[in-house]
Amino acid sequence: MRRPAAVRSVGPVQWVLIPAAITLLATLLLATPVSLFGLRLPEPVIPLVLAFAWPMIRPSIIAPILLTAIGLLVDIFWNMPLGLWTLALLAVYGLVLSVRSLLIGQDTAFRFAWYVVCCGLAFAIGYGVTVLLGDTPPSLYALAGQVVPTLLLFPFANKLIERFEDGDVRFR
Amino acid sequence: MAFRDGPFENIKVPAVWTAGVSVIACALGVTLLLVTDARSDAAYRPARNTVEAAAAPVSGVLAAPVRWFGAVGDYVGGYFFAVSENRKLKAELAELRPLRDQVIALEDINRRYETLLAIRPDPIVPMATGRSISDVRGPFSRARLLDVGSAKGVKVGNPVINEQGLVGRIVGTSDNVSRLLLLTDVASRTPVLIDRTDARALLTGDGSGNPRLAFIRGVGSVQVGDRVLSSGDGGAFPRGLPIGVVAKGVDGSWRVKLFSDRGAVDDVRVMLFEDFSQLVGSTSLDAEPLAGLATVSPATPAQAAAITDAASRRDAQREAQAVAARNAAAAQAAAAQAAARNAQTPAATATGPASTPARPRPAPAATRPPAATAPAPTASQPVPTPETGE
Repeated sequence: MRRPAAVRSVGPVQWVLIPAAITLLATLLLATPVSLFGLRLPEPVIPLVLAFAWPMIRPSIIAPILLTAIGLLVDIFWNMPLGLWTLALLAVYGLVLSVRSLLIGQDTAFRFAWYVVCCGLAFAIGYGVTVLLGDTPPSLYALAGQVVPTLLLFPFANKLIERFEDGDVRFR
Repeated sequence: MAFRDGPFENIKVPAVWTAGVSVIACALGVTLLLVTDARSDAAYRPARNTVEAAAAPVSGVLAAPVRWFGAVGDYVGGYFFAVSENRKLKAELAELRPLRDQVIALEDINRRYETLLAIRPDPIVPMATGRSISDVRGPFSRARLLDVGSAKGVKVGNPVINEQGLVGRIVGTSDNVSRLLLLTDVASRTPVLIDRTDARALLTGDGSGNPRLAFIRGVGSVQVGDRVLSSGDGGAFPRGLPIGVVAKGVDGSWRVKLFSDRGAVDDVRVMLFEDFSQLVGSTSLDAEPLAGLATVSPATPAQAAAITDAASRRDAQREAQAVAARNAAAAQAAAAQAAARNAQTPAATATGPASTPARPRPAPAATRPPAATAPAPTASQPVPTPETGE
């Protein structure tokens, strides 16, 4: 008699909660004051990976709410104006959600190009809000110092999408 | 169809729409937060303090191994580089020994000047030592979490230094954690002075490692290599804290290489310095000029008598000075007349009596007592000195 195969269920815990917890932990970890030969740890905006990957995996009501919570925690932890990164993350989520049908099934290079666009949008919002609130434009060199590590996180976003994109065929 | 039959059961809203509505609702709420937080920094301070207090133990645990490995690295490095370090330190010691003697001599002279000029030196500022447990290095924020808080007397606004110089100031505190805003943060503004020219400027952070010098007073008052100190203007920082050295940025602006970057900012000292706003209070500072007169209580009979007595003494003293001035002027005029008479008498004897009496010559302007200046002191009427306080 053939034994029934175990059905793998992909729920919000797998594709929402666990990545969110890892993101917060990684953000805390990279805020450790380590200095090696005068160099410090990079400080990428890790939640941007989630804001890019989650709408591609499947549209959800929970994801934007959780993204808001993560953004607020990051804003407080990084001593930002409350809502700065949250707004940027939600903007990226909304953009990817609106072009989701275009991005689904495309190759990695095309996704990366859109990831670059999303990073540009998020940092432009951050830059604009900072200038509006403090009327001092942040240094572009310092900006590049955060944009580049964030762009280098694309493999994680791609891996997350490939891991969970086919989890539920209803959303394909 | 009746409502209990569930007429909406078969209506399926696309998931993208519901997600979009969720995004828009969250974005609206966040925009509201952003606007209200920008208007009042204290609005969400309790929430910030709570999150920071919760994150601090985790950050402390993560930072502990880093410190241990750092200590091990320092130990091993110290063992291997002991000889070269010893040579370097000996050379430095030989260089600094004459400077030490100069400092002792200058301290002595300075103390005498302070006594002579009756300068009241700044009081010694108590300090609290803390350790950095997390570090934010982005372009929009440069801040740290410290493991000391209000339990050790740390308050918002306290300056923070390391062994090299000024690092930043405290912008938030809870019991055991405080938030340090670095000089490089985009929101940081520090009044500074250029040591060589005493010119004032505003040190403005922009998220890069070297903050800019803005609003530099004077033309040509800054050059590369000038030392920058805190000016103490505004009362938020004590005067004279070392900050850095002036350098020219790649964008052509004047920037400051911070002394605090020469060493680790892991262990810092919070100066429990009370600025004007903490001492006086914002309500008093914001009050209208002379608003205190409306609320001052009427004088007691003893106070009124003392005030009247002081006023009458002042009047008497003023009158005595006026009389003395008149007497001195009269005496000087008489002396000038006598001198003129004496000068004419020998001439008249030689040439015979004159038909008309000689008019007294006016005294030279330099010897004439000026009306606006105080009269010279005389032996009969001593002039009060400032030491007597009259």
